[in-house]
Amino acid sequence: MAHRKLNHLKELESESIFIIREVAAQFDRPALLFSGGKDSIVMAYMAYKAFYPAAIPFPFVHIDTGHNFEETLTYRDKLIKQLGAKLVVGSVEESIRHGRVGEEKGYYASRNKLQTVTLLDTLEKHGFDAALGGGRRDEEKARAKERFFSHRDEFGQWDPKNQRPELWNILNGKKHTGEHFRVFPISNWTEMDVWQYILQENIPLPSLYYTHQREVFERDQILYAALPPIPRKPTEKVEVRSVRCRTIGDITCTGLTLSTANTLEEIISEIAGSRVTERGGRLDDKRSETAMEDRKKEGYF
Amino acid sequence: MDDKKASGLAGMETGYLDMELLRFSTAGSVDDGKSTLIGRLLYDSKSIFEDQLQSMREASSRMGDEGVNLALLTDGLRAEREQGITIDVAYRYFATPKRKFIIADTPGHIEYTRNMVTGASTADVAIVLVDARKGIVEQTKRHSYIASLLQIPNVILAINKMDLVNFSKDVFDAIQKEFEEITTILQFKKIYFIPISARDGDNVVYASANTPWYNGETLLGLLEKIPVHSNENSLPARFPVQYIIGSNNDKHPDYRGYAGRVSGGSFKVGEAILVLPSNKRSFIEAIHEGSKELNEAFTPQSVTIQLDGNIDINRGDMFVKFTAAYPRYSSTISLHVCWLNAVPLRIGGKYIVRQTTDETSAIVKDIRFKVNINTLENIEDDKTVNMNDIAHITIKTQKPLKYDDYSENRITGSLVLIDENTFETVGAGMIVSDPEVFSYNI
Ligand SMILES: Nc1nc2c(ncn2[C@@H]2O[C@H](COP(=O)(O)OP(=O)(O)O)[C@@H](O)[C@H]2O)c(=O)[nH]1
Ligand SMILES: [Mg+2]
Repeated sequence: MAHRKLNHLKELESESIFIIREVAAQFDRPALLFSGGKDSIVMAYMAYKAFYPAAIPFPFVHIDTGHNFEETLTYRDKLIKQLGAKLVVGSVEESIRHGRVGEEKGYYASRNKLQTVTLLDTLEKHGFDAALGGGRRDEEKARAKERFFSHRDEFGQWDPKNQRPELWNILNGKKHTGEHFRVFPISNWTEMDVWQYILQENIPLPSLYYTHQREVFERDQILYAALPPIPRKPTEKVEVRSVRCRTIGDITCTGLTLSTANTLEEIISEIAGSRVTERGGRLDDKRSETAMEDRKKEGYF
Repeated sequence: MDDKKASGLAGMETGYLDMELLRFSTAGSVDDGKSTLIGRLLYDSKSIFEDQLQSMREASSRMGDEGVNLALLTDGLRAEREQGITIDVAYRYFATPKRKFIIADTPGHIEYTRNMVTGASTADVAIVLVDARKGIVEQTKRHSYIASLLQIPNVILAINKMDLVNFSKDVFDAIQKEFEEITTILQFKKIYFIPISARDGDNVVYASANTPWYNGETLLGLLEKIPVHSNENSLPARFPVQYIIGSNNDKHPDYRGYAGRVSGGSFKVGEAILVLPSNKRSFIEAIHEGSKELNEAFTPQSVTIQLDGNIDINRGDMFVKFTAAYPRYSSTISLHVCWLNAVPLRIGGKYIVRQTTDETSAIVKDIRFKVNINTLENIEDDKTVNMNDIAHITIKTQKPLKYDDYSENRITGSLVLIDENTFETVGAGMIVSDPEVFSYNI
């Protein structure tokens, strides 16, 4: 046994579990932001591994826009039960009812931007001082500069020019009251790493990730689910296609990919051959060249 | 609908599950072509997606560039795009069938030394860029010094813009010779020299027809072959205790496990260990990775270790093998520090110290000398340590630290200083053990 080596997935996993454990050690009230997408599923899975055989020592937080795919909610509830975890739901609809935010109007209306307010309100209401998220640096160029432990001021804001340096594997989560941290344990993973890891570890996923027949319509060269949260223009025709999700957000910002991939192997070979990033299908990033940086400064995921 | 189960591991179409991970950093002066080089590596290894290319094309034409400016791929923050420079450390990823790469792209300017140090802290390889027209300049020395200070095991001197010197062998040889003189002062385990053109791609991913006199690897070829983590497992075994897992459910009554990441060497079930600093002896009863039982844990695995008997153990304690070399144990610590904060280091100042998972406070006793990182000379008369300065200092910690020399172990030999009031990370320390500090004494 002279040569002991981890493959890249095991080494990434080991780094992520180290970070998840640091959060449990350094913070009083951490929480795991759970969207029901593959990144947060991988996070939940590693959190389970990190503390086995004890229960995960922090709750899951789901920011619910009210526009979720039904499959996401079913999967979420089942997973929470299996892990014996606690779930906190922050509702964007409630934020709208309480006048914290105003609903966008028109064909392109989305509650994506509104989520930030609900997220910050939920963190504050429960006194969470660290929120674990599944953001990855390869997703988007503003995320490429994000730290593992990302400091947020008392207004929940990110200051990209004034981030704490992170050296070796030493993570500094010290903060003043009212401030909190966003923590990104899978910063160093790519989309491909996530899929390969899901395959390697045999992690069950929501059915939305696999091919299925669905009523869809096309807008700006992207296919969307023909479901009530997205008002359709009269010219936008509904048709049934074989599609799958490459990322899962809420219905209004999840582009669907034409696909017949029915297994993880097929999904991985599809991604390996793909010429667009997974965020290429996300309307929320298309608003401007620095859309993500702007949203992140305000406190977005 | 039902959740789908994965169908298990499969063949080639799943990509390559047995890749290794290699982390490298890039440093060079402004305009030496770092961002272009990284863009080139990503582009030629087909790691850039169509929508990214499209948004780069649009941004390039807005900025008046013809063609695609590959540098735009890494210059992510608004301020950087506007000023056309790299300010923070940007991390980038790409993979070939052999390896997955993590790139820390760091700005080269002296006022960003701290960013270079940050990017270098986890790197296995440093790529130092040189403009072939300019040769070895002050910045080259600085970047090489940082690579040597941070003990990056491999350094690649990439001599860029060879297209602008007619791919001249003489120019290349002269730069190589000059660099070898610096390395008599700075010690590197391994140095490689490659003539490249980042803009046109010569010797980056594909061997160049313009340099028939060069028989070495392409840059990517080298990155795929350089050995990684080769010595970590032969180091003395170190396991800083990170978190204590306790459980008292029906399946696991009275469970107590010590979670952490192996930070040197390896541990086996049944081996005798010593818990520091309490000096208690025990045996490893079980090692777990999640629910999976392991017979052995090695660097850098995150595992949970169960011990025989009931010992009081806290976060920040360290397990070492009973028979192996022990870490040093002292409260007087001598170190190289890179200052990261706009508020200068204070002699007599008190700081919070983080070293592995341990925390204590420390007072700065003495600034022995500062290093002029451009000339590599020591400065003994000026003792103000400002942001981006590197100095040799001595601190006195409130409780002793268990550490190794940074040159022996980059994890147990490093620490950070944290400001007591702002909680900012203000100093990055690399421990230089004095000959008079003895090994842990039992
Ligand atoms: N002729 C030539 N120009 C290059 C080469 N590499 C980079 N450049 C140019 O040098 C300038 C600075 O490059 P950039 O990548 O932004 O440098 P950085 O500041 O080190 O990131 C740009 O105009 C590049 O197009 C090269 O190999 N040959
Ligand atoms: Mg640059």
